[in-house]
Amino acid sequence: MKNIDAKTHVSGTSVYLDDIPLIQGTLYGAALGSPVAHGVLHQLQLEEALREPDVIRIFTAADIPGDNQIGGIIKDEPLLASDHVHFCGMPIAFVVARTREAARAAVKKIKADITPLPVITDPREAQAQNQLIMPPRTFSQGDTEQAWRECAHVFAGAVDINGQEHLYIETQGAYVVPQENNSLRVYSSTQGPTAVQRTVSTTLGQPMHRIEVVVTRLGGGFGGKEDQANTWAALCALAAWHLGKPVKYALHRMEDMAMTGKRHPYMADYKIGLDSSLNIIAYEVTFFQNAGAAADLSPGVLSRTLFHCTNSYYIPNVHATAWSCRTHLPPNTAFRGFGGPQGMFVIEAAIAHAARVLQIDAAVIQQKNLIKTGDEFPYGQIAQSEAGACWQKAATLYDATGWKQAVDAFNATHRLQKKGLAFMPVCFGISFTNTMMNHARSLVHVYTDGSVCISTGAVEMGQGVNTKILQVAAQIFSIRADRVKLNPTNTINIANTSPSAASATADLNGKATLMACNAILERLKEVAATALDTKADAVTIVNEQVLVNREPTGWDWQQLVSAAFTKRVSLSEHAHYATPEIHFDTVKEKGHPFAYHVYGTAILEVTVDCLRGIYKMDAVKVVHDFGSSMNPDIDRGQIEGGIVQGIGWMTMEEVIFDKEGRLRSNALSTYKVPDIYAVPEEIVIDALRSTADNLAIFRSKAVGEPPLMYGIGAWFALRNAILQFNPEADIPFITPMTPEKVLMALYSNKEKGIIQQHEATTSHLGIDQ
Amino acid sequence: MLRFILNNEDIGTTLSPGMPLLDFIRYHQHLTGTKAGCNEGDCGACTILIGDLHNGELRYRSFTSCLTPLGNARGKHIVTIEGVSMPSLNPIQQALIDNSATQCGFCTPGFVMSLAGFCLSRQVPKRRRAIAAIDGNICRCTGYKSIEKTASIIANFVKQRNETDPVTFAVEQQILPSWFSGIEERLKKLTLSLNGEPAAAGTPIVGGGTDLYVQKPEDIREQSLRFFFDDPSLKGISRQGNKCIFGASSTATDLLESAVMQEYFPQLENYIKLVSSTPIRNMATIAGNFINASPIGDLTIFFLALDTTLEFNTGRILPLRQLYKGYKQLNKTEEEYVCRCWFELPDKDTLFHFEKVSKRTHLDIASVNTAICIRMQDGYISKARISAGGLNPVPGLLTDTAAFLEGQIPDDALVQQACAIAQKEISPISDARGTADYKRLLLEQLIKAHFITLFPSLPIQV
Ligand SMILES: Cc1cc2nc3c(=O)[nH]c(=O)nc-3n(C[C@H](O)[C@H](O)[C@H](O)COP(=O)(O)OP(=O)(O)OC[C@H]3O[C@@H](n4cnc5c(N)ncnc54)[C@H](O)[C@@H]3O)c2cc1C
Ligand code: FES
Ligand code: FES
Repeated sequence: MKNIDAKTHVSGTSVYLDDIPLIQGTLYGAALGSPVAHGVLHQLQLEEALREPDVIRIFTAADIPGDNQIGGIIKDEPLLASDHVHFCGMPIAFVVARTREAARAAVKKIKADITPLPVITDPREAQAQNQLIMPPRTFSQGDTEQAWRECAHVFAGAVDINGQEHLYIETQGAYVVPQENNSLRVYSSTQGPTAVQRTVSTTLGQPMHRIEVVVTRLGGGFGGKEDQANTWAALCALAAWHLGKPVKYALHRMEDMAMTGKRHPYMADYKIGLDSSLNIIAYEVTFFQNAGAAADLSPGVLSRTLFHCTNSYYIPNVHATAWSCRTHLPPNTAFRGFGGPQGMFVIEAAIAHAARVLQIDAAVIQQKNLIKTGDEFPYGQIAQSEAGACWQKAATLYDATGWKQAVDAFNATHRLQKKGLAFMPVCFGISFTNTMMNHARSLVHVYTDGSVCISTGAVEMGQGVNTKILQVAAQIFSIRADRVKLNPTNTINIANTSPSAASATADLNGKATLMACNAILERLKEVAATALDTKADAVTIVNEQVLVNREPTGWDWQQLVSAAFTKRVSLSEHAHYATPEIHFDTVKEKGHPFAYHVYGTAILEVTVDCLRGIYKMDAVKVVHDFGSSMNPDIDRGQIEGGIVQGIGWMTMEEVIFDKEGRLRSNALSTYKVPDIYAVPEEIVIDALRSTADNLAIFRSKAVGEPPLMYGIGAWFALRNAILQFNPEADIPFITPMTPEKVLMALYSNKEKGIIQQHEATTSHLGIDQ
Repeated sequence: MLRFILNNEDIGTTLSPGMPLLDFIRYHQHLTGTKAGCNEGDCGACTILIGDLHNGELRYRSFTSCLTPLGNARGKHIVTIEGVSMPSLNPIQQALIDNSATQCGFCTPGFVMSLAGFCLSRQVPKRRRAIAAIDGNICRCTGYKSIEKTASIIANFVKQRNETDPVTFAVEQQILPSWFSGIEERLKKLTLSLNGEPAAAGTPIVGGGTDLYVQKPEDIREQSLRFFFDDPSLKGISRQGNKCIFGASSTATDLLESAVMQEYFPQLENYIKLVSSTPIRNMATIAGNFINASPIGDLTIFFLALDTTLEFNTGRILPLRQLYKGYKQLNKTEEEYVCRCWFELPDKDTLFHFEKVSKRTHLDIASVNTAICIRMQDGYISKARISAGGLNPVPGLLTDTAAFLEGQIPDDALVQQACAIAQKEISPISDARGTADYKRLLLEQLIKAHFITLFPSLPIQV
């Protein structure tokens, strides 16, 4: 089944935040972001800005009637800066004007009197200065101290992983419309309607029931709108509250890039030990998470880094510590993978390091150490592993041996082009790592004409969750898909939701919908049984027909629904689902945090142009553990999109901050995401159809995040290609592997002789886009 | 009064002609299918088609409406997603759905429009061209494979067109609504009725707007402007004797499609493919590229190596290499504007090559770009010009390097020495496009790439 939104998407009639028809008198907001990353804010000079035509009012921290606080996990982030600024782009004031242009023009006229303070952008420096978001966490298993003595080989090194801009094509935004009785309707481009509701409620000091949050769909989220949509909604709400007028703010791309957090950059130190048969027997790792200026979701992201620090491998002795470091960057936030990818990159780097020194293929170590069913993860959960099965199937299906020979042959015959291959196994746990968030509700109404509408807390952002939920209802009722409609997400219909995140949205909301539909179905069967003089368990509905003992009865769905209505039987149900079995003890750092794991293996091939340092992705071939996919079209799309986003993160997407904490890659001209020419020539996806029972909806395993991590293989494939050209190459474990890094590595440790020290040059900027 | 046709409607507006067309479409006409993603021409969410009469024939090209001044719509047909949508889906829309090529959907109208532009192009339909048509559209969700498949299907579909006129074919095949058949006539009438409103001399000039609307979008929306994009006296690319003469408002696409250029530069398509994207090339004028004085302007680097000459409205003639006095400082008065340019076409002994490396190979600004033009005589280099960008405050020629090459027989040692000399002619700085060291190394590599490409049999040490 195709995405149920596809028709409106292709005809341009899908409604996003900026497309909502405006109510007469709507005003426009624009935020002033701090021009410096750290400093004391003395005062704001607003007079000149207020004199601009069409400016209505400028809001500052003093205007906030409730708590000036938007921190979710930790209360450490003001909505508007009052006495200190902590990052460039931190909102200081909110201008409201009659037009968008006037609001933006006025923002430029505000003068902020700020005394700069020292700026930290490096997480190691923050850690050294004890600038921490929270105390460090450590996961351990076995005894690494003991294990080092048993190792034949020990390698240690450092890793520096850059962040990633979400670059949802629809920027952040909100539109707030005052309602009667001091209530507000908030349209928001958010993955977390409840988070928006809570933030507006806190900042206005109003009860949550006065705040209605409506989300139709997002033009992409990827985690960037899980927590960071709150700010814009709260600012518009603040203005709408004071002015009694509708207020809208859809961010300009450059505002969005400058003011919002990104995927967390990490630094890490690793030490890996192998025995003489190449079993990894010890692994120690210290992560320095660059959290930015406030906690945001960093504590959650940090935990997932620890959960996935051994990726798909079983390592008996592990000691992993993670520091969440407070720097003066915009607060970093959720991004597809949620800290997992950074954890995985480090173990892959450690393995690649070992393989290079031992002069073997990294794949030998990778394959040898894949986790098996019954092995224990460092956090105590026992693996139900498909890692070996995925690897085996990939190696066979894609003829890994023949492939490697072909690559070797190519490299032997080409002087200026070299190919590299890499395997990338992935193991990703499904559930919010914060156990209490794993719940959802669904409200299902069957109308008297037999049509069905469903409300859940799920937010549709292209991942196809609404399509899957619709499929659940159509399948349980056994009715035509076009009888079912999904409603916009609304906090009035569904309360206290978890955000659409953690790949778990379809599972949680799908299961709640399943329960609601089943409850209605049971009642309908009772009605049929009474009318047809049989038992309820003899009644089934197949293709809209009511059957008794599998024989037609002449009744159809519509008739059944009408009968139930006349008998005053409820045709509505609100169901609540909470994932069973999961638990986690954060004191012991042990438990069973995940409903299940998703596994997979990718093999990636790249070709490097060794003259120019540019490269292309030849192929990514994957065996992915789908369970049994309930929508192969959507799931394939998630995998392809995830792979390309992961490759982007590893290759061309370079977030650049200068030492003063100012974002240099602040537009699409300086921050490059993959375009159509940059994607792998070939992406092949095959399914590992695992039959084991699991907690996924219809056993269709979650697919949102795991594929992103296949992209990590691109970095290692590039590294392998570089080593083919220059076996002495110096290739530090720094991401992304831009053409610059590739070229510098290709010619590192080589006699070039020409590039000598040149005088420091004048200050013209090559960037003028 | 600014008059044009928007989809099937005649428009007359007195709004500021400096307003971006996107704002007019979305916020004044409330046609919200055209999306705003970046306002800088870099994402393609705002892609629309513009049809105009070209030698009496209706021609459509894709534009990013966020950078198009409303003034550039004068007398034209503007087509948005609403204008190609019918009660039943058109084949482009259907193919996107069939291939699951839309996820969040925000980029999708842009892709539909770019592919519609491909269907309306008079070029021979090829898969490669269908892909090129969407090279300015960014999708963050799908990973493009499903979109590639869609493009292939559309390319095959359009192949059935044969000799039929593109608009006629598109209407017959229900790619477009039937009212498109009447547009050519309506445009002809509209053109006749237009009375130009010449802006006062001295007011700022806008060509395609792809530079101005990125640099100072706020300032120019209310300003009075001179619109040069469609000025017939500034258009046209032709050959006169051994010279190629082109109007200042010729676009990168005009270059690409020019018969003269194609004949003399067999690799033209490969070079131009490295310059921005299809819609930006449809908008970007050559004079705009010269005058914006970016240190890394691709067309500037290309034409510097060809020793192009400019002619201003005042009649003054200036070699392009003398245009740049310093960073963004021009050897030109306020009143002067470029009318036309010319260069000597390469003869059979002249070799030309262009190289560009950027973080992303396509739709990106160069880290370093360079072009070379050398004339060979009896195995010797008799004349050499190498231009390079991204290395100095202005785009320019590496004159010492070129002088060193002249009179020499190309071999490895010569190339190595030339690279060393080139290093002394540059002063790169570190920025978002790379560190200074990288740019130095890259220039060396690209000079070698020139020689490896032009003299494939030379054993050049990299
Ligand atoms: C997304 C994007 C990608 C880009 N990629 C590239 C790229 O890959 N390579 C590259 O080189 N450039 C690139 N550019 C820059 C830009 O497209 C080019 O420089 C283009 O050629 C500018 O032409 P224009 O007509 O659009 O300029 P405009 O913005 O219309 O004008 C630019 C300047 O030239 C002046 N001007 C225009 N015509 C004349 C004239 N006849 N006489 C005197 N002055 C005149 C204007 O007053 C203005 O100062 C890109 C731009 C964008 C937005
Ligand atoms: S909005 Fe991105 S290209 Fe116009
Ligand atoms: S479908 Fe979301 S950006 Fe393309």
